[in-house]
Amino acid sequence: MTNEVVIKTEKLTKRFGDFIATNEITFDVHAGEIFGFLGANGAGKTTAMRMLCGLSTPSSGKATIAGFDIYKQTEQIKKNIGYMSQKFSLYEDLTVTENIRFFGGIYGLSDKQIKEKSDTLVQQLGLQGELKKLVGSLPLGWKQKLAFSVAVFHDPKIVFLDEPTGGVDPVTRRQFWDLIYAASDRGITVFVTTHYMDEAEYCNRISMMVDGVMKALDTPANLKKQFNSGSMDEVFFELARGAKRKAD
Amino acid sequence: MSWPGEQNEKQTDMKQFITFVRKEFYHVFRDRKTLLLLFGMPIAQIILFGFALTNEIKNSKIVICDYAKDVSSMAIIQKLEASKSFEIEKNLLSHKEIETTFREGKVKLAIVFPANFNHDLAHLNKAQIQIIADASDPNTANTLTNYAAAIVRDYLQELLKNTSIPLQINTDVRMIYNPELKGVTNFVPGVMALVLLLVCVLMTSVSIVKEKEMGTMEVLLVSPFNPILVIISKAVPYFLLSLINLTIILILSVYLMGMPINGSILLLYFESSLLILTALSLGLLISNSTDSQQSAMLISLMGMLLPTMMFTGFMFPLENMPLPLQIISNIVPSKWYYIIVKSIMIKGLGFSAIWKETLILSGMTLFLLVVSIRKFKIRLA
Repeated sequence: MTNEVVIKTEKLTKRFGDFIATNEITFDVHAGEIFGFLGANGAGKTTAMRMLCGLSTPSSGKATIAGFDIYKQTEQIKKNIGYMSQKFSLYEDLTVTENIRFFGGIYGLSDKQIKEKSDTLVQQLGLQGELKKLVGSLPLGWKQKLAFSVAVFHDPKIVFLDEPTGGVDPVTRRQFWDLIYAASDRGITVFVTTHYMDEAEYCNRISMMVDGVMKALDTPANLKKQFNSGSMDEVFFELARGAKRKAD
Repeated sequence: MSWPGEQNEKQTDMKQFITFVRKEFYHVFRDRKTLLLLFGMPIAQIILFGFALTNEIKNSKIVICDYAKDVSSMAIIQKLEASKSFEIEKNLLSHKEIETTFREGKVKLAIVFPANFNHDLAHLNKAQIQIIADASDPNTANTLTNYAAAIVRDYLQELLKNTSIPLQINTDVRMIYNPELKGVTNFVPGVMALVLLLVCVLMTSVSIVKEKEMGTMEVLLVSPFNPILVIISKAVPYFLLSLINLTIILILSVYLMGMPINGSILLLYFESSLLILTALSLGLLISNSTDSQQSAMLISLMGMLLPTMMFTGFMFPLENMPLPLQIISNIVPSKWYYIIVKSIMIKGLGFSAIWKETLILSGMTLFLLVVSIRKFKIRLA
């Protein structure tokens, strides 16, 4: 982790009519950091993340991603980020190789780069025997690991993960986090939303959204100390209790 | 980081585009059921419309008008009688009786031997037979004349076996009541419009919505790939497949149904490409207004099938409709395409005759395209 700031937001806000989905959130994320973005359903996590990815324009506030302005330089931002949605995001009717080639291709990698990188990726995931299989026939855990590897395939500065581990068992989740650590070691900043409090513990720093407002932001250890509780579960409960919004 | 320099931007765009189109083709070819539907539908339609209405020709009643009464004419008549297809109702004394018999409705075909039939054949090596059909039921008329002509050819073959003289018997086919064989000419352009519209609208809308449903659309939108190119790349395979489909329909209708293509094939393909574009824009519009494959499919089917069937003019004549419906029919793109195709295929007219319809269709396409791309952009905001 270095001191280079790769995500910087200042009073970032998104309104839908009268409804303020994300209310003046301000935070910095450093290069190589694993930044956990927590909150109950409907707290405004997804909206914030969509703004940071350039999928949605903020109503007000400022933000830079990898040094690029979120309003004016979305094209440059897109080249420097990776994204994995909570709906697992590969093509099920394409084979493993075809998916890798496709996503490498639309990020403008050359055939040679794709070849080299996919060899490494396949070895890392142990997918040697499955290259010609349709992704739809792989077990969910493998699909998710593959989806993550594809999301960081083009070596982005930042990768956004939207609830990446939904529906998989703890062992696979642990393996998934090994991949996240490996990416972080390579200098890729990881911005991850999650519901699982054990996963929150894996993050370098976490932020907690309640009703569109960022209620807390610190390391897991400091937060536990601050709320005088033994686990992240309790911290989350303490913070989320005051929420007025109904989960969607 | 290894981002290509600005000078390579164009090249990279092209490569990304090709990568994307390739992926779309994988989708199409992996989905066997859809593929079957895609190519099975036009074939089924043509066969349904073309043959389902035709009865098998068995003991069809015909009349003979034999002015020659010589060896050859007798021989052919005998062959006609011997065949299971025909049953000679009566021998007429003159041409004029043919129409009266047709009006009675039982007889659909008349065969006329001119005087001197055998004489012509023996001395000029060339004789003529006239086959007259009641074409108010075009399919039956077509089949009957083909059968009769085949029998005449059969007889000629037998003659040729024993001689080296290149004998010829020309069959002069006359269709009365419906010389244009209106059935076929009506339904082929209609089926073309229907199939092109259905396939393109349905396939594009479903394939775009599928990406949304699967969550891959978001990933694409987050990528540096130009969103407009997403749409174009999706359209390319369906555009090509539709052209193949069009070719199949044309081959079937020309060789199976005897549909003529009197005008320029190139112009026909150009105008069809225009309709395909209209359909693709419509599909895009539909995909913008819904998030589930099922509803995209329903909207496409309901929104396309019924208006196309109703207002194109190939099933129900537009002239007979109440005025409000006639006015509504003007906003159905297939109506204009139908006029265009009939003009090219049957009347053999050139571009100068159909520029107005072409302009209307182009206008519709442009309008739909602008609206749907604007809607697509708004969704991104």
